[in-house]
Order: sequence, then C-alpha cells, then structure tokens
Amino acid sequence: MADRVIAITGGHLVDPVQGIDGPASLLLRGGKVEAIHRGGGKIGLPEGCLEIDATNRHVFPGIIDARVHVGEPGGEHRETIASASRAAAAGGVTGFIMMPDTDPVIDDVSLVDFVRRAARDTASVHVYPSAAITKGFKGSELSEFGLLQEAGAVMLTEGRHSIRNNLALKRAMTYARDFGMVIAKETNDPDLTSNGVMNEGFSATLLGLPGIPREAEVIPLERDLRIAALTRATYHAAKLSTPESVRTLSGYKDRGLDVTGGISINHLSLNENDIGRYRTFFRLSPPLRSEEDRMAMVEAVAEGGLDIIVSSHDPQDVDTKRHPFAEAADGAIGLETLFPAALRLYHSGQLSLARIIECLSTNPARIFGLPGGSLAIGSSADLMIADIDEPWVLNESEIVSRSKNSPFEGARFTGRVLQTMVAGDIVYTK
Amino acid sequence: MNNIQQPHFPHRHLLGIAELTAADIMYLLDKAEEAVSVSRQRNKKKAVLQGRTQINLFFEASTRTQSSFELAGKRLGADVMNMSVGSSSVKKGETLIDTAMTLNAMQPDLLVVRHQSAGAVELLAQKVGCSVINAGDGAHEHPTQALLDALTIRRHKGAMSKLTVAICGDILHSRVARSNILLLNALGARVRVIAPSTLLPSGIEKLGVEVFRRMEDGLKDCDVVMMLRLQRERMAGALVPSVREYFRFFGLDSEKLKLARKDALVMHPGPMNRGVEIASEVADGAQSVIEEQVEMGVAVRMAVIETLIGDNKGAARNG
Repeated sequence: MADRVIAITGGHLVDPVQGIDGPASLLLRGGKVEAIHRGGGKIGLPEGCLEIDATNRHVFPGIIDARVHVGEPGGEHRETIASASRAAAAGGVTGFIMMPDTDPVIDDVSLVDFVRRAARDTASVHVYPSAAITKGFKGSELSEFGLLQEAGAVMLTEGRHSIRNNLALKRAMTYARDFGMVIAKETNDPDLTSNGVMNEGFSATLLGLPGIPREAEVIPLERDLRIAALTRATYHAAKLSTPESVRTLSGYKDRGLDVTGGISINHLSLNENDIGRYRTFFRLSPPLRSEEDRMAMVEAVAEGGLDIIVSSHDPQDVDTKRHPFAEAADGAIGLETLFPAALRLYHSGQLSLARIIECLSTNPARIFGLPGGSLAIGSSADLMIADIDEPWVLNESEIVSRSKNSPFEGARFTGRVLQTMVAGDIVYTK
Repeated sequence: MNNIQQPHFPHRHLLGIAELTAADIMYLLDKAEEAVSVSRQRNKKKAVLQGRTQINLFFEASTRTQSSFELAGKRLGADVMNMSVGSSSVKKGETLIDTAMTLNAMQPDLLVVRHQSAGAVELLAQKVGCSVINAGDGAHEHPTQALLDALTIRRHKGAMSKLTVAICGDILHSRVARSNILLLNALGARVRVIAPSTLLPSGIEKLGVEVFRRMEDGLKDCDVVMMLRLQRERMAGALVPSVREYFRFFGLDSEKLKLARKDALVMHPGPMNRGVEIASEVADGAQSVIEEQVEMGVAVRMAVIETLIGDNKGAARNG
C-alpha cells in the first residue's frame, strides 16, 4: 500500500503553481507525486503499476473548500463528518475546512480533538477543523487560540455570526497575529440586516419580503479591514456578495495588508430572481444579489479582486427549510456541485481552468497554510480526474450529502468529476 | 352575459391579484355585485354550497376578516369551521405543512388562510388537495381586500380607467397596498402612494405608481383616498418619531382632504386608528365609504368562494 505505484496517463493536467495547462502523465508512488511527464507521448510504466487512462480527461489538484458546515456534533441528521466527506469526494474536494457552527460550538480543545478523531476514523478526505474566535460565539471572551492551533484548528472564524464589539474584534485580531492565525469572517451587520431575508430591492418588494441592503455587508467589512490594518492581522473576508465589497477590499490589498476575499459559488451562479415563488433553498446568507452584482463578482474573480471560491456547504433538513421563506433557515449544500458550477464559468468564457483551480485549490491552500493546491513532484497525490464536457443533470436521488437542500436540483451542468484521490487512494469513482 | 363556452375563472386558488387578468377581476366583481343583493334580502341564505366544507385557518388573529369569510361561506350554505392556529399547534412545534396536511385529511373543499409570512399561503396551497384563498400573507398580498375596495369604488365611480387613487401610509408593511396597486393598475387607474420614505419599500415606483412624500402634493385631484393602518409597534420612534408627528403630516383630516376632489371617496381597510392615520371627522364624514367596504367584503368573499368551489366552476381546475 505505502509504495503502491499509480500512473495517470494521457490526460490534460492543469496546475497553476507549476504553470502547466496541457497534456501530461503523472506517476504516483506511496501517495505522492513522483514524476510528471509532460506531453502526449506514451510513458514506460514500472512493473506492478496501476494505470489509470485519463485520455480525453482533465487532471486537477484536488479542491480545498474553505467553508463547509457539518452537522456533527449536534445535528447529525443533517450531515455527519463522514457523509460530508463522501459528498466532498464526489465533488472532487480532497480537503475542507469545517466551520465551528456546531452544537456545541467548536471553541475548545476537546472539540477540535473530537473533530480530528472523527475525521481520522470516518472521513476519506482531509477535514481541517476551524475554531470560534470567541467562546460560544458570544462576541466577547476570546477562545484559546494557541491551544486550539496546537490541537489542529487551522483558522479562526465566528461562523455565521458577527462580532458587534469593535474592541473584542481588535483584541482577537491582535492576539491571533501572534500565532499567525487567519481570522476569517462573514460580514453582516445584524442591525441593518434586522429581519431581512433577501436582497433589498424590487424583487423583495414584490414578494413582500423584508430586504437586506448591500451596506449590511460593506459596512462591517470596512470596519474589519480597518481593524486588520490597525492590528496588522491576517484577515479573510469569507463570503462577499457585492462589487462594492470587492472595491473596499482591494483598497486595503493595495496598501499591502495581508487581507483576502472569498465568495460562494452560489453568488457566482445564481441571482435573486432564482428565489422565484419563495423557494427556500435559495435563501442564503449573504442573500443572492442582482444579476449585475453576480456578473461583477465573476469579473472580480477573473481579475483577482477575489481570491477563493467556496461551496459554503450548509446542509439543512426539512425541519429548517420546509417553512415559509421568512421562517426558513439560510444555507444550501454545495460540495458536490462546486466544481461543475464553476465549470459553467469556464464554458461561458469568463474564467480559465487555471484561474478556477487557483481559486478552488491553490489559493485556499496558500491562505490557510494547508498542504495541496498543486501536484508538484513530492506533493501529496490529492487530485481529481474530470470530464469537463460531459453534460448531466443533477437529480435529488443522486445527491450524496445527507441533506438535499441544493439550489442546483434539476440544473444542467457541463462537466463532472469522474474520480477523486486523496494521498493516492481512490476515494470516489463515478 | 358570460359565454358558457369559456372557463369563467381559470384558477383553482385565489392566492394573489398578481395572477389575475383584468377579465378575471371583472368576472369576480360582477359576481360580487349579485352577491350584494343576496345580502340585502331578508332571507340571506343560498343553498349553492350545501354540503361543502370551508375551513378558516388563521395563523394571525383577525376578527374582521375571519367573520367576513365565515358569514360569506354560511350565506352560501357551506359548513364553516374556524381554526385559530396561532395559539395551539404551532406553539407545540408543528410546522405549517404538518398543520395543512392534518386539515387536508379532513377533506375540506376550501381553506381560507391567513399567515404572518409572505408566501406561506402559496406554500400551503401546494400541499393540499382543495382550493385555497389567501386571506393575507405577511406583507405580500390580500387579494379579497383589493377586490372589495375595487367593488366599492366601482359602485360609486364607475370605470377605473379615469380615476386617480392615492394609497397613503405604511406601504412598506402593507399587503393591502400591494394587492390594491396590482389590481388598480390592471384595471387602468392611476395609482399614487403617499408615505414618509421610511415606510416606502425599495423600488416601489417600478410597480407603476407615482410616489409622493407629502400629502399636500399627493392628494391633489384624487378621486379616491385610501388610508392604511399604522401598526402600533411602528408608531413609536423606529419608523416614525411619534403619533402626533405622523398625524400632523400623514393623518387624513378634513383640511388635507380638501386637496382631493370634492367628491373623493375616503377608504380604510380597518381596523382604524382614529387620530393616528385618520381623523374621526373624516372617518365618519360624508365622503367616507368605510362601512360600505365592510359590506362589500362579504359580497366579494361570497363571489370568490362560490367561484372556486361552486358547481359552475367551469371546466378549469388547472390553476
């Protein structure tokens, strides 16, 4: 097992770190990349080698999804670490950062340890725990950053919650800097958001639903960035939805600060009109914005204003979704559709494959200090093999995740993941 | 006379004005006109819905609308049951859908539903086998209110297309305003809304209304002045500073009413806050048709109920 040899031959390798976007064969040994043969020619195979023919297929570094909600502990009927891991593998995701929004909240060493052990015993992909910035998401007392980091927490985040108290946030950023930990935050002002459930504007007015203005995102983002500038913290704005947010973020990047931004694939694929007649699977936080916003955000990804794309996988069951729109929970699952949905932006000519892989794999690895993001010689063989041209339709019955709240149910895709490997082990085959 | 070849009213439910054509609306108004005379007879009972079951399912308390629907059903001969759910099963954790399924199993012919959340009635309608009337869902729609308002206006003013109607007050939270705007636009009236900006929803002008922030400007030459109720919790400080300030600038008193046409109608969906959005002198004055609205409410609801579940339903059950 340890020195098993696998050859992936005849495929098209995309690896932005090595600047490869062309035919190449890979030789894997002991779960690591041993050699890369560029060009389309046949390669000599070592004895006892398992050959995977990737002719007419693409080979990519595995996706690292930096924002995944799981229901374990406390909401196992929605998703367990094991079921999330299977969904991830089916989506070409070889590693994900798990949000601390569980019950209990992951704000303690023992809980980080629980996640790591559960992942080791039940998961087939890498599961990286994150930890709450403040104890119980209460917004005041800091959790034990240093001990949490030692236990294996890869970043700090307040999950779906915001921190109202500027002083508490300033202290958190100051202290996190000493440990080199990234503070990743969603930015939504609870007062401006109030009882809002969708983008503020004509659509909300027509549906009679309370709206959320774009400023509810931009104002706390600006605040966070100012505090990051003050404390020189490493800051990641996790889920942006408006072009004004990108402009604000870019202003601070230009000043040389260590700040980055992410967006969920939903906000690059869908807009507020998709809510239609109160479809709660499209109730998200931040809310889906207008089509102009979506287009501007795709452009921001292409031009580098945004650094990473996440699934924002958030399993919800009928107990939280089968309600009137204003009473339903936010969130949509997305591990399995992250890559196919991103490929739409490739087929529409808006993003290159290399840029997609940068945002799905290379940049998340770099920003959060995780292994992966490239298939350079010596790196772990975390990869996916995909047919980027295969047309298919997502049926609910095929969803691997334990929850079925996908906004892409019935959607047509072009391109799908055929095989996923983690450290050279095949964890998913279509 | 209606052409019997045509389906008269091609909808299974009445969920909102948005789904109705001008012809649908006229059909219901004409039918309601007939119902007015039934209600004015000494014997007010018809037997057309004998044996049918109507359940009024009110998740949000409302004495007026619920009684109006109850009376309408009973005058048509249906068996009417009232359920106020706000206090019972929902508090025990039962979801809207579960409640709907339970009632559906009792084989009603009609559910009349009010709910505090926009879209809730439509969600429920997808899960049951009978007709559903939306008796108000959040800030979305209240179609029978708009129909009864239209009937009242038509009886006084005739065709809508020549009229200017001002809707005044808390447009932001009002399903009555949304349904009325949609209906009045469908019938060709000119619609104005008058409110402080804090009570106007975003993008309202795209609904085809003229927006005014001052009564003095908006009331000029209006044929109809519709006042909206200002909810008590919105009076103090959050959206408007105080009751007295609101009344001073947005309350309809006889001085402000003089700006409208001399024969302008004054309307209010009730229940009124006297001295908040409307002065008693106006509410009880000669131009007020507020009581008539209540009468038309029963007639319109009779018309809608009979249309949806009566025998002359027409071929159409495809709504």
